[in-house]
Amino acid sequence: MTASDFVAGFVIVGASLAGVRAAEAAHRVGYYGPITLVGDEEHLPYDRPPLSKSFLVEGAEPHYHLSADELAALGVRTMLDLAAVGLDPARKRIFLSDGAQLPYDRLLIATGASPRRPHQLPELSGIHTLRTLKDAEAIRRKLTGTSNVVIIGAGFIGSEIASSAKKHGATVTIVEAAPVPLVRAVGEVIGEAISRLHERNGVRLFCGTHIEGVIGGDHVNAVRLSNGETIPADLIIVGIGAAPATAWLAGSGVELHPDDGGVICDEYLKSSIPGVYAAGDLAHWPNEVMDMAMRLENWTNAADQGSQAGVNAVAPEQAQPYRTVPYFWSDWYGQRIQFVGSPVADSVSYAAGGPHEDRFVALYRSGDRLIGAATLNEPRRIMKLRRFIGQRGGWDAVAELLEPTAVAR
Amino acid sequence: MIINVDRGRCTGIGICESVSPEHFEVGDDGALVLVTESFIEEDRGVIEQAVRSCPAKALSIGSALAAPTATAEEGGT
Repeated sequence: MTASDFVAGFVIVGASLAGVRAAEAAHRVGYYGPITLVGDEEHLPYDRPPLSKSFLVEGAEPHYHLSADELAALGVRTMLDLAAVGLDPARKRIFLSDGAQLPYDRLLIATGASPRRPHQLPELSGIHTLRTLKDAEAIRRKLTGTSNVVIIGAGFIGSEIASSAKKHGATVTIVEAAPVPLVRAVGEVIGEAISRLHERNGVRLFCGTHIEGVIGGDHVNAVRLSNGETIPADLIIVGIGAAPATAWLAGSGVELHPDDGGVICDEYLKSSIPGVYAAGDLAHWPNEVMDMAMRLENWTNAADQGSQAGVNAVAPEQAQPYRTVPYFWSDWYGQRIQFVGSPVADSVSYAAGGPHEDRFVALYRSGDRLIGAATLNEPRRIMKLRRFIGQRGGWDAVAELLEPTAVAR
Repeated sequence: MIINVDRGRCTGIGICESVSPEHFEVGDDGALVLVTESFIEEDRGVIEQAVRSCPAKALSIGSALAAPTATAEEGGT
């Protein structure tokens, strides 16, 4: 190791959950070299899930992952309000938006994903996306005193914001382009089932519909839908998904996925460039326990994958392949939706409840294996299903897994 | 050592149960049930992992209050 290697240390680009967990994990396994955490937002690392929920409704403070003191205690130097704009793997350095260069010995790419914007929407005041604290502050300001909220996209972000806007007493409408929402996340059957929660809670949902026009002077006041209806709208929130934030890696040689630009990794979360790892919303990797390669955009993965990447980057002798049964949860109108595993299945069936009820357990079968499960208001069941999937539990044994608990109660 | 649950923060997300079902279980009502409130030193590693993993930061490790009637337990301070 040269002197500059020592000074360079572990550089983490992306100061959100995955990056923070990587720094914590590196410290925990005994790495005491320099750790630099680079973030393009001006805030200390904070938690994103509350931004569509408690932050919008209760006027809460942001939940910071770590204080400045805690970061210092971990030996982490934070460089905030600075974007990484390039990577030179031959000289092992990254380029920052202020013109500075940052050398690294090991690099973690954890820059997450950026909200997609439909290009045909005009630049009118009153149209927002939600990813950052700044976005959430702007939406929260608008929500007080807003009567009509239109949400484009019936995904998890859109649905959670709909729930929060409803709590503010607004008239809320969701406009979804696909015939059924959430197909990628939970499949058609469950996508349709949970989307019934909107109408049940006084939120109109239009599927197979898009915005044809936005009406307004310098501020939006209505939208024209492709079904011919015109709906009042003082506030439009766009929640049509996010794309990996990897433009800064163009030309660096880091292999990016042809479909979405995510970083392609091996099972150790190593990119195509030695010493460069990736974790969080932008990482594609082969997930052995699920028998498929995937990229996940959820909190559990950002935390766990960030931790494992941190260990693998700084302590190769302790490196482990990253394997997980995916898990996410989402709260709509006080109801909890949970999902484990993968929705890529031959069939989906209800083991308890159904789409017309306020609780259910749905099981996804792939060949002879339980590959996924979705629950609505069944918090006691979901983690047992997660473990079962991780153990490659067979379809025939699922009934046995669920029955004893039903009988015991 | 004991496990403390901040009931104001816990919403039964269940990652703790996923880390250590021997110690944590989410009930039907969404409330976390501690399978055992105190734990042995051998389990410290997995308990600390569960504490770290909680998205709501609802878990912490504390010392059992010294109580003359407490049964002798390994790992008690």
